[in-house]
Amino acid sequence: MAGPSTYEPKSGFERWLDTRLPIVRFGYDTIVSFPTPKNLNYWWTFGGILALMLGIQIVTGIVLAMHYAPHVDLAFDSIQRIKRDVNYGWLIQGLHATGASMFFLAVYIHMFRGLYYGSYKAPREVLWLLGCVIYLLMIATAFFGYVLPWGQMSFHGAVVITNLIGSIPVIGPHITTLLWGGFALDNPTLNRFFSLHYLLPFVIAGVVALHIWALHVPGNGNPKGIEVKSKDDTVPFHPYYTVKDSFAISVFLLMYGAFVFYAPDALGDAANYIKANPLVTPQHIVPEWYLLPFYAILRAVPDKLMGVIAMFGAIGTLFVLPWLDTSKVRSMRYRPAMRLWFLIFVLDCIILGFCGARAPDDAVIAGLAGPQFLDANLNSFVWLSRIASLYYFVYFWVITPVMGLTETPLPIPEGISEPVLSHPAVTPAGAVSSPEKRG
Amino acid sequence: MLRKAIAFAALGLALVAVPAAASTEGYKHREVEWSFTGPFGKFDTAQLQRGYKVYREVCSACHSMSQLYFRNLGQKGGPFYDPEYKNPNDNPYVKALAADIQVPDIDGETGDAIQRAAGTADKFPRPFPNEAAARASNGGALPPDLSVIAKAREGGPDYIYSLLTGYAPTPAGLKVGTGQHYNAYMAGDLTAAWSGDPHHVPKGGFIAMAPPLKNGLVTFDDKSPSTLEQQAKDVSAFLAWAADPKATERKQFGLGAMIYLFLFSILLWFSYKRVWKGVAH
Repeated sequence: MAGPSTYEPKSGFERWLDTRLPIVRFGYDTIVSFPTPKNLNYWWTFGGILALMLGIQIVTGIVLAMHYAPHVDLAFDSIQRIKRDVNYGWLIQGLHATGASMFFLAVYIHMFRGLYYGSYKAPREVLWLLGCVIYLLMIATAFFGYVLPWGQMSFHGAVVITNLIGSIPVIGPHITTLLWGGFALDNPTLNRFFSLHYLLPFVIAGVVALHIWALHVPGNGNPKGIEVKSKDDTVPFHPYYTVKDSFAISVFLLMYGAFVFYAPDALGDAANYIKANPLVTPQHIVPEWYLLPFYAILRAVPDKLMGVIAMFGAIGTLFVLPWLDTSKVRSMRYRPAMRLWFLIFVLDCIILGFCGARAPDDAVIAGLAGPQFLDANLNSFVWLSRIASLYYFVYFWVITPVMGLTETPLPIPEGISEPVLSHPAVTPAGAVSSPEKRG
Repeated sequence: MLRKAIAFAALGLALVAVPAAASTEGYKHREVEWSFTGPFGKFDTAQLQRGYKVYREVCSACHSMSQLYFRNLGQKGGPFYDPEYKNPNDNPYVKALAADIQVPDIDGETGDAIQRAAGTADKFPRPFPNEAAARASNGGALPPDLSVIAKAREGGPDYIYSLLTGYAPTPAGLKVGTGQHYNAYMAGDLTAAWSGDPHHVPKGGFIAMAPPLKNGLVTFDDKSPSTLEQQAKDVSAFLAWAADPKATERKQFGLGAMIYLFLFSILLWFSYKRVWKGVAH
């Protein structure tokens, strides 16, 4: 933990326990006295929101597993049974299904926050890497979970994804066979996906513990991107951030509740209310919204294997980001040129999401007959997703390293405490320092 | 503040935009004013009762509803709920409705396959013993199970209503195969069957189901006019209820939860302001 422990055992029992298992000290140092920069904004509340979402998913998931039947003949009906006959089953199932979307919404905001404020830079590279591992595990868990209701989209989505892995040379087909538990997607697949869907959240919980550990060694970053210098820059986590995070969580739950209670199917696909039928393929196979950008990257590449490489490369890129960024300034508050590229990047990810939801040959601008270019019409989602995919990679592999070397950042403030109003727009001219000398 | 607003707006846009756009070739379904849409919407009990009658007398000849039990008809929010009988299995009306229907069973004494009157704990019986029998009786087409059909189609009850009332006269120049029917709201591509102007292929598709409803087909117990429109509307509402029988309970529970969370958020906001008072940040 950052700094020496300030925990003082108060009762005799606490003193006795503290010399044997200092668990109360650990809790105190972690969530009570932990010194936290006092200038964190609301983008920093999503860590707490994510911890809560993981908790909700695990608790609702354990209850659902008590009623769910992992068998191709029973799975679809057992979900309906949960929603119709289990006490508050509609609530538990609704929280879990919508919760996956909320979990991803929160994690994307958390990741964009990390990108914008340079949270991945030294000394927080390991913290970032662990976050990337959590994100990968989340994708795997969500994918396995989406197969369990055994609807049409569950089944055919799983067929698409498992076949993708089969395109990997030499080992691919073997991995696919192993995942399927046979030579087609069938009951053994559903069984092992259920098993893995139950296992992975606990792996996530373990990596989250490491993530928090890695956070508590250097301490939180902050919107200014400068290190904490003295005690004046920080406040104890409790009550300052427990109350602020609680407020943010409560507002987040309001939005979550709006979906669960009033639009439980808004984020899902109607086709998943049709029981899986291997002989009937849905007209459009689309993943859940949170995987659409990667699906768009996959389909942007004409070659199957190259598409798979591009898709995994898009996530893999995040793992090397700390070493691609050459800028010594953490926060993009003081990097106006880079900030613009970043905003385009956010927009780019949203456009990729749009592309993933549409059929590749659909016209982007309806009614406009664009020219044919290479293998597809220019006015089609194929080309839009190709341009957007290209920007995705260019942003990380070209813009990020080049901008760090060429841009002139704004002066960054001396410290967190002064000046109190730190935004560049209101920073007094005197309160400056040389950013190039900072790490 | 403005930048935050823009960021949130962008996120909101991302959320709104994501539901996959299904490019159905049929006409966009008609919009119906249902009693059960919106955060405070409730099912119209009389409409559900009429809808059940349409299902029972017309649809159930070919379509199963395998997720439904007779007791569901008498549960809270159901078509025949009676507050006097909290336990739907005691509801005499539901018992009588069930007893009208024969369900297959095994005689416990002899082991013979028998038919007996249904009870409240029985599922709605299937019209055909298996898929092959269902296809054989329907020109090769399989009538889908209707339990969650209102959720399994984009547009839900609006789409079902549109389909049931969408048997338009076949456009001249469209070759309709044996056992097929033209429906303006059915998804499909009619190019291959169209001999007219290739730039004006009619929208819609072919459906194996013959027009199931017609004026006066069902006699409603509440003297509602038995028009095709009315039958279609009522059975669509019934199917919407069947697909989501807990919808009303969910919305009522949600109202309490949302009010609680809203007040809790206000309380936390003031706690936050108070705790942070005097801390420059």
